Amino acid sequence: MSILVDKNTRLIVQGITGNEGLFHTTQMAAYGTNVVGGVTPGKGGEWVLEKIPVFDSVKTAKDATDANATIIFVPARFAPDAMFEAADAGIPLIICITEGVAVQDMMRVRNYLDQKRVRLIGPNCPGLLTPGEAKVGIIPGNIAIPGNVGVVSRSGTLTYEVLYAMKNLGMGASTCVGIGGDPVNGTNFIDVLEMFEHDPKTEKVIMIGEIGGNDEEKAAEFIASKMTKPVASFIAGQTAPPGKRMGHAGAIIEGGAGTAADKIKALEAAGVKVAKHPEEIPTLLQ
Amino acid sequence: MKLHEYQSKNIFSKYGIPIPKGRVATTAQEAKHIAEELGGRIVIKSQVLVGGRGKAGGVKLAKDPVEAEQLATQILGMEIKGLPVRKVLVDEASAIDQEIYFSITNDRAARKPVMIASAAGGVDIEEVAATNPEKIVKVHIDPLLGLREYQARDVAVAIDLPRDYWKDFIKIAAGLWNAYKATDATLAEINPLVITKEKKLIALDGKMMIDDNALFRLPELAEMRDTDEDAPAEIEARKYGLSFIKLDGDIGCMVNGAGLAMTSMDVIKLFGGEPANFLDVGGGADAKKVAAAMRIILTDPNVKAVLFNIFGGITRCDEVAKGILTAMDEVKPNVPMVVRLVGTNAEEGRKLLENANMITAETLADAAKKSVEAAKKGK
Repeated sequence: MSILVDKNTRLIVQGITGNEGLFHTTQMAAYGTNVVGGVTPGKGGEWVLEKIPVFDSVKTAKDATDANATIIFVPARFAPDAMFEAADAGIPLIICITEGVAVQDMMRVRNYLDQKRVRLIGPNCPGLLTPGEAKVGIIPGNIAIPGNVGVVSRSGTLTYEVLYAMKNLGMGASTCVGIGGDPVNGTNFIDVLEMFEHDPKTEKVIMIGEIGGNDEEKAAEFIASKMTKPVASFIAGQTAPPGKRMGHAGAIIEGGAGTAADKIKALEAAGVKVAKHPEEIPTLLQ
Repeated sequence: MKLHEYQSKNIFSKYGIPIPKGRVATTAQEAKHIAEELGGRIVIKSQVLVGGRGKAGGVKLAKDPVEAEQLATQILGMEIKGLPVRKVLVDEASAIDQEIYFSITNDRAARKPVMIASAAGGVDIEEVAATNPEKIVKVHIDPLLGLREYQARDVAVAIDLPRDYWKDFIKIAAGLWNAYKATDATLAEINPLVITKEKKLIALDGKMMIDDNALFRLPELAEMRDTDEDAPAEIEARKYGLSFIKLDGDIGCMVNGAGLAMTSMDVIKLFGGEPANFLDVGGGADAKKVAAAMRIILTDPNVKAVLFNIFGGITRCDEVAKGILTAMDEVKPNVPMVVRLVGTNAEEGRKLLENANMITAETLADAAKKSVEAAKKGK
C-alpha cells in the first residue's frame, strides 16, 4: 500500500513527444512505472520508446489503454486545456508538472475539476514517487528508498534534499507527494495528510512547507485534531522579505500574512517537530 | 506586475468605470498645460509603485495652473520610499461626500475571485481589516460563471449605499470584473470610489496587479511594465529567465529550485551569515544561464563569498560546473566560492571544478557554514 500511485497505476503522458515529456517518460519507464500511452495532438499512431503508443486525444488514449492516471508536460499556455481534456475524458487522477500556469486559469480548472470529482496534483510540482513501485513525475528515482515515511511538500528540489537526507540515514518513503508551489493548486496539505493517516504503510509523516498563504496553518489544525501519526516539518523562507515573490508564484508574504514564523508557531502548537534546516528533519522522526 | 495609478485608471475607464478627467505628465510645464486644459482645481499625484504617497507628501491640491506647475516641480523632485518620482498624474479635483473601498482580488484559500467592499474607504484596507473587520464585505465569485448582478447589488446593500446609487454601482462592479478578467489581474482595486457633491460615483484612485504568468496573452499590458523602479540586476535576471531578488547581506547564493533557494538563505542565516540575494537558476539550467547568474551575483559589491547549492534532478551538475567555469573565465572573481553538487552527474561536475580553486562541501549545512566563514574572512 501507498497513496495515489503504485504498481497498478496505468499512466498516460500528455505532451509525450515534447522534450521534457519524452525525457521524463524514458526515466519513468526505466523506473518501472507502467506508462501505457501518450498524447500529442497530430502525432496519433506514432510510437515512443518503441513500445508506448501515441494518441491524438486523451479520450482515445483512455479508451484504448484504460489509463487511470495522466501526467501533463505541455507548456503553460496549453496546460489548462490539457487538464480540462483529461477531466472530460474521465481520468480520475491528473498530475500537472507544468510551471507558470496563470492563476485565473487555475481557479477555473480547479472549480471545474471539483465538480467532476477529479484529483489534481500540481501544477508546478515534481509529481509523485512511491519508491520501488511507481515514479509519476520528475523526482530522481535513485534518491529515495521504500519505507514507512510519507512525505508531502510544496517544493521541488528541497524535497529531493529531504529524500536524500532520509536515504543517507537508511530511512525510506511510502509515497512522496509534491503538491506544487502555486497559489491555486489541485491538492493541499490536508488532503495528503488525510491520505497518509489512512494509509497502513505510512507510519510517520514529513511535511515541507514554505511562506505564503495559510495552508500550513490549516494543516496544523488538522494534525492537532485528526492525526495520530507523528509529523515533522520544515518551513522554507524564514529570511524572505515581505512583498517579494520568492520564485514560486505562491511563495509571497502578503499583508503581513503567510510568514514562516506564523507557520512554525502553528505547527509547534500542534505538536509537530519543526527542523531548523532540511537535513535535520529525518532525525526528528528517528 | 504592478501598474501605476494612471495605467490602472485608464483600464478602468475602458471598461466603463467613471474616472476623473486628467493625464500623466513627466515635466512641470506639461503639468501646467494639462491644468490649463482641465480648468478649476487640480490634484497633482506622484506616480510611484508604492503605497503611502499621500502621507509622504506626494499628492497635492492646486487652485490654478501656476500653482499646479509649482507643485509638480516639487513632486517631480521627490523620492518616495527611496523611489524617485518620474511622473505625475494631473487630475481634476473632486468634491467628495463619501469614500468607499471596492476591489476584486484572488482568494487563494477559497480558490475563487473575491469582491471586497467597505463604506470605510480612502484608507489602508488592511488597517480596516485589522481594527474593524465587521466593516468589510466579502463576496466570492464563481470563476466559471462570472459576477452575477445580484451579487453586486448585495454588496451595495451591505455597505449601506443609498438606493439612488445602486444602478451606477452595479455598472462599476461589472466593469471592474470585466477589467479584472480581461487583464488577468491578481488585484483590481478602487480606493477610494467616491460619491461626489454632484451625486456621482467616480473611481478617484486605482491600483492593479497583473499575473506575470498571463503576460504571454497580454502583449499590450506587458509593454506597460515600468522597469524604472526595478534593480538593474533584477531586469538583467528576468532576461535570462532567472528568478532573482537582491537582499542586504554579503553571501551571494545560486541555487536550483525556489524552495531550496529560500532554504539555502535560511541556513546561511542559521549559521550566522546574511544572504546577499535570492537566486533560482530554474530547472534544467544550462551553462549559459549559470554564467549569467554568476555575473549578476558578482556585480553586487557587497558580496564577500558565493554559495552554489545544486541538487541535480532535471538540472545536470556537469552543465552547472561548465557555466561556473565560463563565468569565472569572464568575470575573474576575487571572492571565495563554496560549491555543493549533489544528484544528476554530480561526480562529473565535481571533476570539472577540481582545479577551479573552490571550497567544496558535502551537505547543505556544511556548505552554509563554510560560506559564512569565507565571508567573514573576506571582510
